[in-house]
Amino acid sequence: MRIFKNLSKDKLATISVTVIVVTIIVGLFAPFFAPHDPNQVNMSLRYASSSWEYLLGNDHLGRCILSRIIYGIRPSVLWVLVALFISVLIGAVLGFLSGYFRGKVDAFIMRVCDIMLSFPGYVMTLAIVGILGVGLGNILIAFILVKWAWFARVIRTSVMQYSELEYVKFSKASGISDLKIIYKHLVPVTFSDIAVISSSSIGSMILQISGFSFLGLGIQAPNAEWGMMLNEAREVMFTRPELMLAPGLAIVIVVSAFNFLSDALQVALDPKLLNSKKRPQQKSPTTTVKIQKKEVAH
Amino acid sequence: MLKVKGVKKSYKKGGLFSTERQEVLKDVSFECENGVCLGIIGESGSGKSTLGRLMLGIEKPDHGSILFNGKEVENREVRLGNISAVFQDYKSSINPFFTVEEAIMEPLIIKNKNKKENQSKIDQLLYRVGLNPSYRNKYPHELSGGEAQRVGIARAISAEPTCLLLDEAISSLDISVQTQVLNLLKELKNIYNMSFIFITHDIQAAAYICDRVIIFKDGKIEEIVEIEQLKNVQSDYAKQLLQSLITF
Ligand SMILES: Nc1ncnc2c1ncn2[C@@H]1O[C@H](COP(=O)(O)OP(=O)(O)OP(=O)(O)O)[C@@H](O)[C@H]1O
Ligand SMILES: [Mg+2]
Repeated sequence: MRIFKNLSKDKLATISVTVIVVTIIVGLFAPFFAPHDPNQVNMSLRYASSSWEYLLGNDHLGRCILSRIIYGIRPSVLWVLVALFISVLIGAVLGFLSGYFRGKVDAFIMRVCDIMLSFPGYVMTLAIVGILGVGLGNILIAFILVKWAWFARVIRTSVMQYSELEYVKFSKASGISDLKIIYKHLVPVTFSDIAVISSSSIGSMILQISGFSFLGLGIQAPNAEWGMMLNEAREVMFTRPELMLAPGLAIVIVVSAFNFLSDALQVALDPKLLNSKKRPQQKSPTTTVKIQKKEVAH
Repeated sequence: MLKVKGVKKSYKKGGLFSTERQEVLKDVSFECENGVCLGIIGESGSGKSTLGRLMLGIEKPDHGSILFNGKEVENREVRLGNISAVFQDYKSSINPFFTVEEAIMEPLIIKNKNKKENQSKIDQLLYRVGLNPSYRNKYPHELSGGEAQRVGIARAISAEPTCLLLDEAISSLDISVQTQVLNLLKELKNIYNMSFIFITHDIQAAAYICDRVIIFKDGKIEEIVEIEQLKNVQSDYAKQLLQSLITF
């Protein structure tokens, strides 16, 4: 509850949360919000500019761009979030296990991670898609398989660093159970690290999904996806640059919203940062006085 | 009662592939009966804190065993509510997300689930370590080093453990608070029949509170002396240690 209260004080955070929540809701209920069928071809409206009926205009096949953007939320944001969530979850469980318990568990998990990480990510994904076949679902599976090792690595390092601290030692010494220590002491402090790495990989995952769609490995042609829309617009980049605007902006806005949110979450979660944010306002008069003194002396 | 038998501990030294190990504890054995305050004195790097960690069951010894009331201290259930500790580094002694109240509540809640009783107990504990009840809602970064350390002491004694390990716990406090805390510890010893393991460089503080002192050097016990006999130590190192104190 405290987190929400702190977040609501931060304007940027409030906007980010609103953007994310609206995006998710609109994506979930796409048929309800979309004004037209996203795949309906209408050659008479080819490259039509925006009108009351087609708010964002029409693309090279005369399809409604707004509807395509709205339907594109599903693969571009919702499924990416699902894949991200699963890989962070796997990474977190393994990262906590190896960072907290150390020893043989740690050695085993880290060797497996090393093996996974020794393949270049794109090649791994391509190989997995090659084995499982083309399609969004398989790309997401490939993402999860490739990414978890990286998350496990980062989270393990963070857990290791925090489980050295004296309050964790105290809890261990007092005989409090490992599960409780992890839940009460380690999850809150590592959470901000996890939030930062996940939000920074949302952007790259959205772009990667687009890349695979471009190669014809992800979303199949008539279905809408932001990256694919960008690619379609690329062909007429110089004659009709405005077509890139809608999907491009959509990606930028959503990715930045997640990044701002993770920054704001860090502040909202950390009691230290929260207080230091208030203090400089009270102290600022003295600092300006000091600067003035310096100027006089010179 | 804590029994340390033939404990050895070594740490890996150097890089990933080096097999060289540094022996930190070399065959340490001693006992600490209930209600006894045992001091461990030794120079920096002699392995006192390592011995402390082993006695708390946080780490396992390579050889030998550490028994608490006849049971392996490694088992969590053996320690639960019976053993507690205050550590050297006060900066990270409290979870930055916890208020003072939440921190002290952590071990309290194990013994007694009643929130109201615990609340009034926290006030009492804070008062005992010389802190105002208004400190309850402060976060650790709002405390000074000494205050944080005193909260750590309040937290450690809150569950009334039978054995309390203090690793340089009072070194960061000023003299008046030091004596206050030492007196508090003495009092607790009498009330609850607690035993203390008191790790320190400060021989005077050790002499004030301890019944028996272990003089520790390079991972080995140099000598164990009753506090009344402190003047007539046998080993050269112990003599030297006391000598340096007297010349001060
Ligand atoms: N986890 C560890 N890994 C490797 N070496 C360690 C570890 N812990 C302690 N040591 C080594 O063990 C030796 C003893 O350390 P310890 O912390 O027990 O000393 P101490 O007697 O408590 O010193 P001080 O009085 O300064 O606190 C040191 O040389 C240290 O380098
Ligand atoms: Mg030490």
